[in-house]
Amino acid sequence: MNRIFETPLYPYTRSADQDALSAPHHRVVVVGAGPVGLAAAIDLALQGVEVLVLDENDKVSFGSRAICFAKRPLEILDRLGAGQRMVDKGVVWNLGRVFFRDREVYSFNLLPESGHRRPAFINLQQYYFEKFLVDRLREIEAEGAPIELRGMNRVEAVGLHPDHVHLEITTPEGPYELTCDWLIACDGARSPIRGMLGLDFVGKVFEDNFLIADVVMEADFPTERWFWFDPPFNPGQSALLHKQPDNVWRIDFQLGWNIDRKEELKPENIDRRLRAMLGEDIRYELEWSSIYTFQCRRMEKFRHGRVIFAGDSAHQVSPFGARGANSGLQDADNLCWKLRLVIEGKAPESLLDSYDVERIQAADENILNSTRSTEFITPKSEISRIFRDAVLDLSEHHEFARPLVNSGRLSVPAVHDGSPLNGPDALFGAPARTRPGAPATDAPLGQGFLLDRLGNRFVLLALGTEAPERLEEQGIIAEGLTVAPSQIGKELRERYLGEAPSAVYLIRPDQHVVARWPAFDETATRAALNRATARS
Amino acid sequence: MSELNLTPNIPDPDDFYAELLAAHEGLTKAESDALNARLILILANHIGDRKLLSAAIEAARAAGQE
Ligand SMILES: Cc1cc2nc3c(=O)[nH]c(=O)nc-3n(C[C@H](O)[C@H](O)[C@H](O)COP(=O)(O)OP(=O)(O)OC[C@H]3O[C@@H](n4cnc5c(N)ncnc54)[C@H](O)[C@@H]3O)c2cc1C
Repeated sequence: MNRIFETPLYPYTRSADQDALSAPHHRVVVVGAGPVGLAAAIDLALQGVEVLVLDENDKVSFGSRAICFAKRPLEILDRLGAGQRMVDKGVVWNLGRVFFRDREVYSFNLLPESGHRRPAFINLQQYYFEKFLVDRLREIEAEGAPIELRGMNRVEAVGLHPDHVHLEITTPEGPYELTCDWLIACDGARSPIRGMLGLDFVGKVFEDNFLIADVVMEADFPTERWFWFDPPFNPGQSALLHKQPDNVWRIDFQLGWNIDRKEELKPENIDRRLRAMLGEDIRYELEWSSIYTFQCRRMEKFRHGRVIFAGDSAHQVSPFGARGANSGLQDADNLCWKLRLVIEGKAPESLLDSYDVERIQAADENILNSTRSTEFITPKSEISRIFRDAVLDLSEHHEFARPLVNSGRLSVPAVHDGSPLNGPDALFGAPARTRPGAPATDAPLGQGFLLDRLGNRFVLLALGTEAPERLEEQGIIAEGLTVAPSQIGKELRERYLGEAPSAVYLIRPDQHVVARWPAFDETATRAALNRATARS
Repeated sequence: MSELNLTPNIPDPDDFYAELLAAHEGLTKAESDALNARLILILANHIGDRKLLSAAIEAARAAGQE
């Protein structure tokens, strides 16, 4: 049985900071070594920004928790140098089956679009995800990146000042204090920092409970996702079966609202449920079980002066659609390059307000999607259930009803339409998917992929025309990536040119499109660079 | 794009109405509700046009108000 989550991964060691006479100062402190805090810290350190990560624990997430990681977060991890190990370990699935009552109503093949380096998503236990990020952190630390991770360091108090943040921390060897220029609060849904600052976290609680059981079994089920509505073994409720690496299966039983948590969690009761679902003679080992209630909520603002919230501390969604960690990684992606430019004095602090605008837009989209899935899975009224069941009955016979079945919508990145950072969309006949505000879509390029050539800096992507190799605008550099006509493959053409014969795209360090034109225009590019860094 | 047609459009109204009711004959309330829901979904899919569907929902809603 896998007990990675019971082994200390970053055990406590005493830091010189604890013996300092006055509070030592750090550039950026990240509170929380969950998926989001680790990704943010790695991102900053790779960009040369000094960062200290504090976690009250010294282990990876307990139990599997998140298991589905979507394509965009994998691309972000590629930029951080941690994508390949996730994909190597992860399980890829394409076939899903939907059951209603006692029968299978349909199956679907996701048939992901080709010409992307990464699959639509992978299944991977959150503990592996976090472990691989800690491994990556150790790697870059060894290479000299300015990063440090301290386990068993709990933040107890936060003082917010105009030019710094003051922290009180407890450790197994007693308390100490620190100051920093910027604090990124990645301390999870219950965010103690949010509480310390007296900030709100409003939204909707769903009156429902879900029992999650991760079991290890040598089963001959195929690598597919099975979702049951109202099955005989869990009448009136839903259930989900999903494969993870190492023969771990995620089983998810909806329980309803009025339940006895303690009773439900007794191994003999979980056993009874598992046998009813999978057959009397199954052999398995229970790795982890837990009961969840779900909420959809977010903070009104993610940035509060020098404290910036990212991940679950800023927003929480129901797990249907796997948007928690996936969207948290995109928060980090969005924030880090902006913070670096502000720290380097190349952009005004107001650039950070665009983090609020863009990530609140994304959070609202995620909350909307996950609320809709929850409504379908747990109809809130009689008529809602009547329509839900009608959709499922029809889906067995008619293809048209299948897109209405909602057992969770795949997490896709938000397109930041209307972002204050966007520049002109001046490319006639170009595809909508790569418009300003959109994350750059991957496509094969040469022996590799386009996204591997973008990120961490502004890039001027020139297709069938030319852009300068380097353009500097008041300390901000854009690097040219010119692709000769002979190198433009079918996907690159479809995804970036459409009807247009040539194009120049300005792309942000987080791989989102700023602006696009038919040809390089120096004045327009300089203006767009200034706009994308909140300098105009 | 066409507008939502709220003028008579069914060639044989009495016959259609009888057929609609006949489909519900012998059904329990729950079965009838389910049938109606399936029928609405089939018709909505046939129309497809989102603006027309919104107009239809609004027309149905408005007509039920005192
Ligand atoms: C059953 C379940 C299934 C899920 N499935 C998916 C899925 O398939 N895909 C997906 O994307 N998401 C999924 N999620 C959501 C996902 O687990 C979370 O969104 C994700 O863990 C959030 O990461 P985070 O880094 O923001 O916070 P967390 O992972 O909660 O990390 C917070 C960290 O902060 C530390 N901390 C807290 N307080 C302090 C303090 N005072 N001082 C120092 N450290 C502190 C904690 O020790 C912890 O390590 C699922 C969640 C659940 C419960």
